Amino acid sequence: MAEFWRWTESRWTAPDKDWKKAKIITAGVDVGSVSSQAVVMVDGELYCYSNMRTGSDSPNSATNAMNWALEGTGLSLDKIQYTVGTGYGRVNVPFAQRAITEIACHGRGANFIYGPTVRTVLDMGGQDCKAIHIDEKGKVTNFLMNDKCAAGTGRGMEVFADLLGVSINEVGELSLKVEEEPPPVSSTCVVFAKSEASGLLREGWPKEKVIAAYTSAMAHRVVTLLERIGVEPDFAITGGIAKNVGVVTRLEKELHIKALIPKYDTQIAGAVGAALFARALVEKGK
Amino acid sequence: MIANFGYKDGSGEYFLSIDTDKCNGCRDCVTACPAQVFEIRDEDPNDPFREIPVAAIKDSERKKIKYACGPCKPVSKRPSLPCVVACKQGAIAHSW
Amino acid sequence: MITAGVDIGAKTIKIVIMKDGQVIGQNLVMAGYDFQESLKTAWDEVLTKTGLTLNQIDRIVATGAGKKEAGMAHDQVTEISAAARGAITLDNRVRTVIDVGAEEGRAIKIDANGKVVDFAINEKCAAGAGAFTEAMARALEVKLEELGPLSLTSTQAVAMNAQCAVFAESELVTLVHAKTLKPDMARAVHDAIADRIVSMVRRVGMENEVMLIGGVAKNVGFYESLKRELETEVIVPKDPELVSALGAALLAAGK
Repeated sequence: MAEFWRWTESRWTAPDKDWKKAKIITAGVDVGSVSSQAVVMVDGELYCYSNMRTGSDSPNSATNAMNWALEGTGLSLDKIQYTVGTGYGRVNVPFAQRAITEIACHGRGANFIYGPTVRTVLDMGGQDCKAIHIDEKGKVTNFLMNDKCAAGTGRGMEVFADLLGVSINEVGELSLKVEEEPPPVSSTCVVFAKSEASGLLREGWPKEKVIAAYTSAMAHRVVTLLERIGVEPDFAITGGIAKNVGVVTRLEKELHIKALIPKYDTQIAGAVGAALFARALVEKGK
Repeated sequence: MIANFGYKDGSGEYFLSIDTDKCNGCRDCVTACPAQVFEIRDEDPNDPFREIPVAAIKDSERKKIKYACGPCKPVSKRPSLPCVVACKQGAIAHSW
Repeated sequence: MITAGVDIGAKTIKIVIMKDGQVIGQNLVMAGYDFQESLKTAWDEVLTKTGLTLNQIDRIVATGAGKKEAGMAHDQVTEISAAARGAITLDNRVRTVIDVGAEEGRAIKIDANGKVVDFAINEKCAAGAGAFTEAMARALEVKLEELGPLSLTSTQAVAMNAQCAVFAESELVTLVHAKTLKPDMARAVHDAIADRIVSMVRRVGMENEVMLIGGVAKNVGFYESLKRELETEVIVPKDPELVSALGAALLAAGK
């Protein structure tokens, strides 16, 4: 049976860097409920990373992600001076010296990936949705996180991808293939939205119309969450959902603000922030 | 920073905010809350460079905060909230 | 005087017909995807059983999520008033009514005359309604009507942290990996939803006697968890799902 929710895993090594020349090598590992990333930074620059499904083997996810990130680099764990764990499973990073929340790490990570002009970060992860305000250094000044309800999270979108039999990598683009934006489904509760969608499919709605209706409802809900702390430019999106062009387009439209274009994979923001904290902690002698 | 603990679901938005710049870790909120949703953390996991303890909502409570705070928020004749009254720094606010 | 109450819920359509204060006919059908079709079927069946025609009914009052869809109704009342009226009529000692349907959970405080004093509704969130137990039954691969009895054979309480039906499903998968027994997981499901319902009841203030109505009242597992959490006896009438339709029929008669 095809697994429509399965997004593409990846790893990467910076082609122009040599870890042997580095003064400070640090790592950040973000163990989320759905995905895990490991990032290694040399002197504050991105060296290598991995992005994979956490799976049900959570205690080993951190180690697996780290091993994959280091693959082919010749760098081994013992040469990394400091590792910070973050994410839902941050206490399950056996080789980390410290655990810091994904909120602080996404703040720092967004500052690195998008630059010092970012003030509002929206992170939509597998099972949560966060709105974060940061200053020019990436320090958090205001945040709220919703991880109680599946609506507005990656999981909600996965349920729909599964319902429609469309790969999660394609739902975003599919949702834009409508001539006219359909009315949004009435509830963002994923359970109720799903039964509503089943009804629409039976009425003959094509897949793209159904996914557009759900994406529209989801984007609106995320906007109301963001508006609770306000959206100040520049605005940036991190996490898996940043790759869903259907959600991003609708968010930008409703907020009347364009999201910054990322330089790196948006899912690594948390791990990048963690690795940067690790570097700061090494420099402070902690 | 303003730390908002809580959630939004189909039935509404429920967030309890703690202004950590105002919070001095005095524990008055921990004592005042009848549902024991507050705790004091020696290290702020959201701010690794903070030097003093900080108040936060327990992880076991924040996803049920609407229910935990329920008894203090009866549908009619709502009194002042004990936690808001107890905090001399004025660091606590409720969104509902 | 002949009156009828039509309760159009998210999952089922209920009709109660009364003549001079006595119930003479009742029906319950699943609300299929052609909703008007199901409504017609519900009426046809109950009218045949009672030997009546629609225009012999003096007054029809509709309630429920789909009350506006009942073209034949003369009037509409809220689910809160219908439930309160139905409950107090069945048992005049009732002061707290807990109504848990497929998509909404409600707690209603009433006085000795059945007048609504206070109420709280848990809406638009599957975790606070029957949709939760339905989703969990699917995840545990048991039939919905088996979930309750299964949970009664549980030997230990297991906590469920997720407060969302979708996340709870993932949590069940984790529990399965940890070799948790099905009866214990079934009990955890009922404890979780009972916990949420009880918190809602506490907002209106619980006063004995307590009556439980709505489709989820038929779930013995939920009933046990609810009693345990409330620490009091809970009355469940013979046809808990029909209580609101009964209330609507009574209100139609001006009672």
